[in-house]
Amino acid sequence: MDTNSQRFVANHVRGLPRSGIRDFFAIVAAMPQAISLGIGEPDFVTPWHIREAAIFALEKGKTSYTDNMGLIRLRREINTYVENTFELSYHPDNQILVAVGVSEALDIALRAVLNPGDKVLYHQPCYVSYSPSIVLAHAEPIAISTSAHDQFGINPEDVEAAWQPGCKVLLLNFPTNPTGGVTERAKLERIARFAVAKDLLVISDEIYSELTFEGEHTSIATLPGMAERTIFLHGFSKAFAMTGFRIGYACGPAPLIEAMMKIHQYSMLCAPILSQEAAIEALKHGRTAVAEMKQQYHRRRDFIVRRFNQAGLSCHLPKGSFYAFPSIQSTGMDSMEFCQGLLQTESVAVVPGTAFGPGGAGFVRASFSTAYERLIEATDRIERYVDTIRKQHD
Amino acid sequence: MSSVLQLLLEGERLNTAQMAQVLGLSENDVATELERLEHDHVLLGWRPVLNPERAQENIVRAVIEVKISPERDGGFDRLATRISRFDSVESCYLMSGSYDLLVIATGCDLREVASFVSERLASVEGVLSTATHFMLRAYKEQGHLLLSPAEGSDRPAVSA
Repeated sequence: MDTNSQRFVANHVRGLPRSGIRDFFAIVAAMPQAISLGIGEPDFVTPWHIREAAIFALEKGKTSYTDNMGLIRLRREINTYVENTFELSYHPDNQILVAVGVSEALDIALRAVLNPGDKVLYHQPCYVSYSPSIVLAHAEPIAISTSAHDQFGINPEDVEAAWQPGCKVLLLNFPTNPTGGVTERAKLERIARFAVAKDLLVISDEIYSELTFEGEHTSIATLPGMAERTIFLHGFSKAFAMTGFRIGYACGPAPLIEAMMKIHQYSMLCAPILSQEAAIEALKHGRTAVAEMKQQYHRRRDFIVRRFNQAGLSCHLPKGSFYAFPSIQSTGMDSMEFCQGLLQTESVAVVPGTAFGPGGAGFVRASFSTAYERLIEATDRIERYVDTIRKQHD
Repeated sequence: MSSVLQLLLEGERLNTAQMAQVLGLSENDVATELERLEHDHVLLGWRPVLNPERAQENIVRAVIEVKISPERDGGFDRLATRISRFDSVESCYLMSGSYDLLVIATGCDLREVASFVSERLASVEGVLSTATHFMLRAYKEQGHLLLSPAEGSDRPAVSA
């Protein structure tokens, strides 16, 4: 291929870094025998009753487009679900948009509200797509660092300090991928007051909220003054183990949902109808399966955090998600060095924290969405690897 | 339900040391809890879940509907226990509906099961009638699907 073809690539895309996850994936993919704690999705298969609903829909010949906003039956179920789960209420006709995963919902939310040069506050370490998605919307990402000291929750003072003229959006994700961090209600209340004072729009990605292990999850959209300035993003991938269905949704004020719908209708048209039918079944009858999966994640979390700390890798207790984010600073190595060494010597894959932003330096992400036997074996090997490094240093 | 029992019910094969690791208990604690569960007859045994199509090719299994007459003292219990004692009886349940006991019986061949029904079961005093149904094929065994072997996963080894 003519390398000159590069000249056709848009400047802002050329400047985007490749996802650090993809680079690491290429290395792990060449080692099929490795135990991977690098998987960012549930190890459960979608519960059968949900799969069966999709099959039934296919049998009935449901192969058409749907309303751009999504099936009205699904939007009604979403409203019932968010009312019962988060104490949020949205009108199914014009305040709920069904999207192809939260990824699409986030992309169109950013594109719908940002003008070139607008600034977006986001906390990091964070999910790999946040900063690039902001850049792709021709806006400027402003990172707010979270730290292990605060268990990767966000501090209102840090939000206030990071704010600068031109900031239009605050992007939040609690519980957080990759840290499992959450932010307690009192801090969210102060952030909400600041958002009102500075007239910020909040985009809140709450995809891991059902997997909150301690305390109640609070959606910032429920706080005073926030409903009219929050786009609430949620989906089915994590709690219902439906990653491959690619289905999520956005809820918010009608004018914002209408703006997002314009982009969605021209670029995506609608989410796949089979996934929408499966999503209806998940919302109607999926709570038991979610509770069972959560219980298993909870046990695995307690185990892996204990093992990391025993191995001398300081690890805070992630209050949500299915990721542990231990510090590897005591080994004297950087994140990539640690991960490559672990993979080469012990065939265990964890993801370098730097894949999630510079704030991830000195940490690795280990998913505990894996069977116990493999978690035990993987943590045994990690402990051996850390011991070997220590002995080399002594 | 105890955490040890919950972990067992998840179905993953773990030894006592591994269970202790997962639960953050000492091996001794796990062993004590397992002994308690066995002692209290909560945990009755440790048999593997076998695929009858592969591991039990020479075993014939029958479901037998049994009508019995209840007794003044004890209702169905004495007769049900008596029937349950036969080695051929794998399981025995008291049912609602048109019959009383549902008995699952096994044998090496049809003849053995048939002879158990006619010579042993039907002749027990108090047994009024039996209806025997032979199992032809297993599709699911204790939560495990038999006809759709797991296919290789397309899940990437590392993802965001």
